[in-house]
Amino acid sequence: MMFTFDLATLWAFIIAFAVFVYVVMDGFDLGLGMLFPLFPEKSDRDVIMNSVAPVWDGNETWLVLGGGGMMAAFPLAYAVLMPALYTPMIAMLIGLVFRGTAFEFRWRTTQEGRNRWDIAFAGGSLLATLAQGIALGAVLQGIHVEGRHYAGGWWDWLTPFSLLTGFALAVGYALLGATWLVLKTEGPLRDKAYKLSWALLFAMLGAIGAVSVATPFLHIQYKERWFDWPNILLTAPVPIAVAGVAVLLLRSLDQRQDQRPFFLVLLLFALSYAGLGISMYPYIVPQSISIWQAASPANSQIFMLFGVAVLVPLILLYTGWAYWVFRGKVKHGSSYH
Amino acid sequence: MFEGFDPVVLARAQFAFTMSFHIIFPAFSIGLASYLAVLEALWLWTGREVFLSLFNYWLKIFAIAFGMGVVSGIVMSYQFGTNWSAFADKTGPIIGPLMAYEVLTAFFLEAGFLGVMLFGLERVGHRLHFLATLMVATGTLISAFWILSANSWMQTPAGYAVNADGQFVAADWLKVIFNPSFPFRLVHMVLAAYLTTALVVGGVGAFHLSHNARQPGARVMFSMAMWMATLVGPIQIFAGDAHGLNTLEHQPAKVMAMEGHYQSHPDGAPLVLFGLPDQAAGRVNYAVEIPKLSSIILKHSPDAPLSGLDTVPRQNWPPVPITFWSFRIMVGLGFLILGLGLVSLWMRWRGTLYDSRLLLGFAMAMGPAGFIAVLAGWITTETGRQPFTVFGLLRTIDAASPLAAPAVGSSLIAFVIVYAAIFLAGALYILRLMAAPPSLHEEGPRSDQPAHAAGITPAAGVAAQGSPG
Repeated sequence: MMFTFDLATLWAFIIAFAVFVYVVMDGFDLGLGMLFPLFPEKSDRDVIMNSVAPVWDGNETWLVLGGGGMMAAFPLAYAVLMPALYTPMIAMLIGLVFRGTAFEFRWRTTQEGRNRWDIAFAGGSLLATLAQGIALGAVLQGIHVEGRHYAGGWWDWLTPFSLLTGFALAVGYALLGATWLVLKTEGPLRDKAYKLSWALLFAMLGAIGAVSVATPFLHIQYKERWFDWPNILLTAPVPIAVAGVAVLLLRSLDQRQDQRPFFLVLLLFALSYAGLGISMYPYIVPQSISIWQAASPANSQIFMLFGVAVLVPLILLYTGWAYWVFRGKVKHGSSYH
Repeated sequence: MFEGFDPVVLARAQFAFTMSFHIIFPAFSIGLASYLAVLEALWLWTGREVFLSLFNYWLKIFAIAFGMGVVSGIVMSYQFGTNWSAFADKTGPIIGPLMAYEVLTAFFLEAGFLGVMLFGLERVGHRLHFLATLMVATGTLISAFWILSANSWMQTPAGYAVNADGQFVAADWLKVIFNPSFPFRLVHMVLAAYLTTALVVGGVGAFHLSHNARQPGARVMFSMAMWMATLVGPIQIFAGDAHGLNTLEHQPAKVMAMEGHYQSHPDGAPLVLFGLPDQAAGRVNYAVEIPKLSSIILKHSPDAPLSGLDTVPRQNWPPVPITFWSFRIMVGLGFLILGLGLVSLWMRWRGTLYDSRLLLGFAMAMGPAGFIAVLAGWITTETGRQPFTVFGLLRTIDAASPLAAPAVGSSLIAFVIVYAAIFLAGALYILRLMAAPPSLHEEGPRSDQPAHAAGITPAAGVAAQGSPG
């Protein structure tokens, strides 16, 4: 495949990076939300909530950077994709409203009220995750564009494929959440998280397989990208690496190495994400708008590049510090006192 | 359902509704973050326990308000694409980078240090914790800087060119950022946020003083809030006046709508105090006017001519009734705030600041006034910009997404239901926190809640043992 490195390509990587950081960081928050119903004990829920309370807001900020950055660097793509994904996007926003407010609200109310906000937390997390996964599938399967506008209907996003990607993302986030609990908790809560990790890992490998099998059938271009000679020399290592990481994951779960599974799942996400990139490049709206067609004028992209070059390293630094401050296992209050 | 509706009108209703909901929280949290930084600084400086308990008292309220601002803010940033995609395509090269800088310089700063500010006092020590509070407060101000720059550019576009695709592109970034209305809007809005917070703090202080005039925390917060009203109230009126003159220069039609001037007045224009603007007939019915005063305020001369909307093509008229009335509500509240500041100064001088029933009642009644004034001000400036999204250059009707009415109508209803539920709950929890007086050993977030009974003090419960590999 042709690969030229220029300003638009650089920005495609920057936006892809922001979205990836969002996916893995808010991914485990949302995953914890979806796992909430499986932990009916209040003390467990408090620990789960407290393991992300200090950092969830920062995690969610990457979503704003992904969206805002896309409007700035690829306004045409933003203008086409957002109306095309109207319903999933609104559903995601509403899900995030419930999820985000539940963090504070559940501590400020009675037992009964807390149960309600726990449902809002779990339901909001599930809704936002499904919406993100469905949106991904809807983008991959292609979008009807005419001129500089979306030209399809408001239900075009709903297909078996987009439902599959929605389900796959929910499984993936739940796995991230479960391995986060393995990392951050101990005792019976961690034991349960280990069990869930096993089941979810198999489900996720199945989901990755299903999406990988279905994608080449969407467009001939996807099939050529992955399977034609000599592309296959470059694409074949991706599934091989997935298999390798899966083996390492199974071993770390089996040997109960608390620290490892979460980071290996991150690696699994990175590989799946790279696979998506291979399928999509150089399109930002698959098969209709390339990153060069969608790119902002150079002076907009350069103006922002200064900010990104200076500020993103700083952001990573102080975000890392915040994680460091709240490092280690989160304990049940009773065992702490 | 919605078949007969205009999708653009629905999209405008949705934006107005979600924006009005959102602005309440930043207007409060910008001021409150600064107030918290001042309280913590005073505590570190004087060592007086009362400042720490006030800090913890308002921190819990801040956590709720900030969270609601965050979740409703994400909705705003995505709505540019979902509902105003033509706007996003055409102005993305200019508005996009301003918002990207807001995310990079402000949102991450706030979010990155918020966790430490809320839960980290015992973990990082006093100095680093104060640094975190300062970073959050600074973040809220930087955020105001960028978003008001973007909004001001839509009001008074400058430093741009138009490319072959019909997109606005930057010709001079400094002129884009520091466009003509930006400095005025920034000062006016930040002062509004500070006053809004001061009124809430003053109202809560007054409420507790009316039960117990010796309550130490209530005395400190009430006194601080009344100083803000006394000092910043008059400054805000000057800032608003300067902002108005700037608008007259760059967006005269908006000022005509604010003033209710359908007709031109070649020999000095009257100030219309009240009246019923009739947009169809192009006149203000039952007007109560003070002759020449509008020319005196806007031109500093009683006989200076002022043009009316009769000099503007009809299709470029803003909707006068809304602009006219929201402007009067804002100005009226501005003068009430000035009055509160003056009354409190008088009582302070007489030594009855904490036990004057009149003053305490006045301050309680004014508690929510800042929110109403901020909403009225934003409705004035945004409605007065119509029928344009980018003033004079891009019509609102040409900025919308190609969506059918049922799609927008459904999302509008969903937002109304969800926001009503969230708002009622959030307001209830905040009012409940405010109803309890600040105790001398007020604890921070997460220590006074039901969880404590079960033995959890999460700030400390998140124990530092081991490291995550």
